[in-house]
Amino acid sequence: MIRTIIAKELRSLFASPLAWVVLAFLQVILALIFLTRLNFFIINQAQLARIPNAEGLTETAVLPMFGISSILLMMAVPLLTMRLIAEERRNKTMTMLLSAPVSMTQIVLGKFLATTIFLALVGGLITLMALSLLMGGRLDYGLLAANLIGLLLLAGSFAAIGLYMSCLTTHPVVAAIGALAVFLVLWLMNIATIDQSSPIHLFSLLKHFEGFVNGTIAVTNLIYFVLLTAVFLILSIRRLDADRLGA
Amino acid sequence: MTTTASSESTVSARALSRSYGSNHAVREVSLELKRGEVLGLLGPNGAGKTTTMQMLTGNLAPSGGEVDICGIDLIERPIQAKSRIGYLPEVPPLYRELKVDEYLRLAGRLHKIKTEALAQAVLRARNRCGLSDMGGRLIGSLSKGYQQRVGIAQAIIHEPDVIILDEPTVGLDPNQIREIRTLIKDLGRDHSLILSTHILPEVEAVCDRVQILHRGEVVFNDTIAGLKQFRGGQTLQLGLRNPPSPEDIGRVAGGAVVDAINANLFRVHPRGGGDPTDELVRASVERGWGLFQLQPAQTSLEEVFVQLTHREEEEEEKVSK
Repeated sequence: MIRTIIAKELRSLFASPLAWVVLAFLQVILALIFLTRLNFFIINQAQLARIPNAEGLTETAVLPMFGISSILLMMAVPLLTMRLIAEERRNKTMTMLLSAPVSMTQIVLGKFLATTIFLALVGGLITLMALSLLMGGRLDYGLLAANLIGLLLLAGSFAAIGLYMSCLTTHPVVAAIGALAVFLVLWLMNIATIDQSSPIHLFSLLKHFEGFVNGTIAVTNLIYFVLLTAVFLILSIRRLDADRLGA
Repeated sequence: MTTTASSESTVSARALSRSYGSNHAVREVSLELKRGEVLGLLGPNGAGKTTTMQMLTGNLAPSGGEVDICGIDLIERPIQAKSRIGYLPEVPPLYRELKVDEYLRLAGRLHKIKTEALAQAVLRARNRCGLSDMGGRLIGSLSKGYQQRVGIAQAIIHEPDVIILDEPTVGLDPNQIREIRTLIKDLGRDHSLILSTHILPEVEAVCDRVQILHRGEVVFNDTIAGLKQFRGGQTLQLGLRNPPSPEDIGRVAGGAVVDAINANLFRVHPRGGGDPTDELVRASVERGWGLFQLQPAQTSLEEVFVQLTHREEEEEEKVSK
């Protein structure tokens, strides 16, 4: 049943030009960065070889793509998630899902997974570009995997937050702005303090994402993203149930 | 309707209530429906028809009361109960970016039709709703009438026991209305059907039973024959050149309720289904009222309401005495 909803969501996503535009836009930017960094690496290869523990090919050409794509996702995800519930409400199509023998959890999970699968495509594109380097070099697979996992977890929590924002309103634009606001707060939270031991760091998205960028998969970081995603998914289910109960 | 229709109850709602804050949208509404029966929910806008239907389909949780669909409690086992309902809301829930066939396949899958049976089900629903040639058309490009049909097709694709249609003929042209009514009658043969409308003749054309809602309460619950009989206590339109006060007319007509339409035209609602025509003519001749018109008024829904609400007031009076 969840598969039906995922398929439906992906179809409506790809039926609109938005999905294609977002994918194309991300690909152009990421490819530009990739090529520039690769060029830089090739020019400086001789010097880098002489420095002990210098940055390798993966660090120089691949990692910047992950770093940038995390910021690009922050801007792209609200556009993709804003319609999930808000537009169904607006077009009164939500009734069809609510009248069908489908639970609220299945509806929410279906929509969440569809968005995450779409965002995973971005991760897939980056990985493909990285793998193209194998034609003339070697990659640090561990580092690549850690970054990919980090990006997927980040995309998942963005999708969950965006979905929840879409549950709150019937106006897609309001949902998009709301989601962007939450992302920015979570992202930039750590700027609010200069104290390294401040509890604010525990909530900062950036702090937890940095772990993956450095190539370490720390359990605390894993738990942070899983929890963040779960909390907003549960909130979404509760929010939609509350609609039915009519506060 | 048919002899094969058992007396098996498909929908049973008891004392459904729904309030928004202090506003009671629906109060203590009870419904009972058997297989092969068509029930009309009649009422003016804002009477609580849509709210009732939303509660019957699990779109809205009732503040009080119970709903059983084919013996399954809708509130405790929503998934099982919902699989037996087909629902067309007031605004058809159409995905405009999908083609008719894609959309119906989605509806079928959401209602757990097996992949092998899906193509067959889509074809059947499409043919039944007169959409045979429309399978490849984009829903957004269809006319209102065809969109309405897609909405109905979506509600019947999984052969539900109970079909609930919220104002299925709104916004259609007369030809389309006739076709949809034929379809509804056809569906009513082997499904239970509830439809809401604010058009009285529509109920008489397709329904077996009728419940009239007014301000969230059931004010009338009977068969169509009962409704016709009730309307038989016919409202008269009376035209007088030298009219007395409405109260005087009412007294002559055996205690009827009289509304003045204008200075010379009156509407007489006889009490208890009597026919005061003779009395009115006699009184008019004797007292020189100058009768120029006396005819049975077309009973519109509003008048049924006037009659119903007056009847209630009378009953309240009796109780208070």
